[in-house]
Amino acid sequence: MIKLKLLTISLCVKDASLTDTYVKLLYISKVNFVVSSFKNIFNASKTLIAYLNSVFKDAGNVSLFTIRFFKEAVKPPFEIKEFVKQCYYIGYKSLTLVGITGFIMGLVLTIQSRPTMAKFGAESWLPGMVGLSIIKEIAPVITALICAGKIASGIGAELGSMKVTEQIDAMEVSAINPFKYLVVTRIVATTLMVPLLVFFADGIGLLGGFMGINIHSDFSLYHYFSKVFDSLEFIDVLPAVIKTFFFGFFIGLIGCYKGFTAVNGTESVGKAANTGVVVASLTIFIIDMLAVQLTDLLF
Amino acid sequence: MQEEINASAVINIKGLCKSFGENNDVLKGVNLSVKKGENLVVIGKSGSGKSITIKCLVRLIDADKGVIKVFGTTINNLGEKELNAIRIRIGFLFQNSALYDSMTVKENLAFPLMRHSTKLSLKEFDDAINESLESVKLIEAKDKMPSELSGGMRKRVGLARTLILKPDIMLYDEPTTGLDTITSREISHLILEIQKKNKTSSIIITHDMTCAKLTGDRIVILRDGIIYAEGTYDTLEKSEDEWVRSFFI
Repeated sequence: MIKLKLLTISLCVKDASLTDTYVKLLYISKVNFVVSSFKNIFNASKTLIAYLNSVFKDAGNVSLFTIRFFKEAVKPPFEIKEFVKQCYYIGYKSLTLVGITGFIMGLVLTIQSRPTMAKFGAESWLPGMVGLSIIKEIAPVITALICAGKIASGIGAELGSMKVTEQIDAMEVSAINPFKYLVVTRIVATTLMVPLLVFFADGIGLLGGFMGINIHSDFSLYHYFSKVFDSLEFIDVLPAVIKTFFFGFFIGLIGCYKGFTAVNGTESVGKAANTGVVVASLTIFIIDMLAVQLTDLLF
Repeated sequence: MQEEINASAVINIKGLCKSFGENNDVLKGVNLSVKKGENLVVIGKSGSGKSITIKCLVRLIDADKGVIKVFGTTINNLGEKELNAIRIRIGFLFQNSALYDSMTVKENLAFPLMRHSTKLSLKEFDDAINESLESVKLIEAKDKMPSELSGGMRKRVGLARTLILKPDIMLYDEPTTGLDTITSREISHLILEIQKKNKTSSIIITHDMTCAKLTGDRIVILRDGIIYAEGTYDTLEKSEDEWVRSFFI
């Protein structure tokens, strides 16, 4: 805009001194432009550095939290009663949700895959395909995501509100180790319960698949399951089972970390629950990707 | 005189400093001592570092500088086990009572007792809970959840929970905040009763001058991170310093 104005002036008035002024002003505006660009780049990099700094700081804190978990987990006394209580809440109380999801997963997968399989005349492979998909990938990932939503947010909100209302401090001043009582029990419980929930989802998902197949054809349960198990090998099941332990561990770890490190203020409770779910879900996908790559390399 | 106090002191704080980030020095060298059986009231404006001081005493917050001695032991660098041995002898009543939401009143009291008195029989265990609840006149609330209790009742349960381990020192963080005048007075009388019955030494942090008058043997006033004034209620009330007197109006 300034450039245009100056150009108009210099064209209208053909005065040497004015043209000279125009050149000077143009130079100044160019310099200003370069300086402001540098300023913007500097500010942007400052923001980026601050963001990266917080990411690395968070990563460092999570690592310290994980190390502390392993240290405290092997040190007696063990909070068995609280651990059993957590297994009940995390495992048993999630059965309905995981069951319904697993059933729908199996049913929908079968119904949607049937037309494509039928096109290639491979309808008889449907049970095997459904079994492989559910056991290797769909049940572990979907169950873990459901657990991330239900468990990680629950733990994050629970511990966050305990932190904000000084309940964790109250434990500490009564010479009770809150990390051992609240964090270790929950992480161990999620590590053990998520694989069991996945196992449950596998079974219910396969039943859903059986129902889906029987909408259009007449398959006996025995025939269906024998087809499913024929298509499965031990090597298919093993990596899927192993990764569920990691899913469970990280769901518990992230939920506990977010809740336990919540800063004072009610706002942080919601934030702990929210970020707990987001980070846990993202972590599940990353672990899944790594597990698939590793399985591909090893087997 | 000061040396004499320090010799019989159960709590002795020298040059306590604590800051949160740059240019945010909350405590700038607090010196404090509490004798056995004494009730010390700490007053000061909001944000003057009263709560930080007692949190440093139980190492909920680590001090930057200074020496904190409890029962003659310097707690600044104590290991977990030794620190816990001292923490068991200190009762801490939090501002919002900090009752465990997921537990009943009875379970709240049983929680610390179960971990530190493992040799008690079931009957002794029940008796200890009942005795503690009776001392705060709340035996009828035994099976209630914290959400079913009023503010005053929550404070009493919090008090009962700290008393169950029979502490030698009690730390009260604004025990009457958010309560009506009558309930505040009841809590203040309860603090006195506890001191007389259990011969505890206490630090009471409060903004409530009625509570300070009723409970305090001695009062200290915190200002700008240091102890600004010290004395009995009567002497401070007649202080020549206008700022000190302003607390008593």
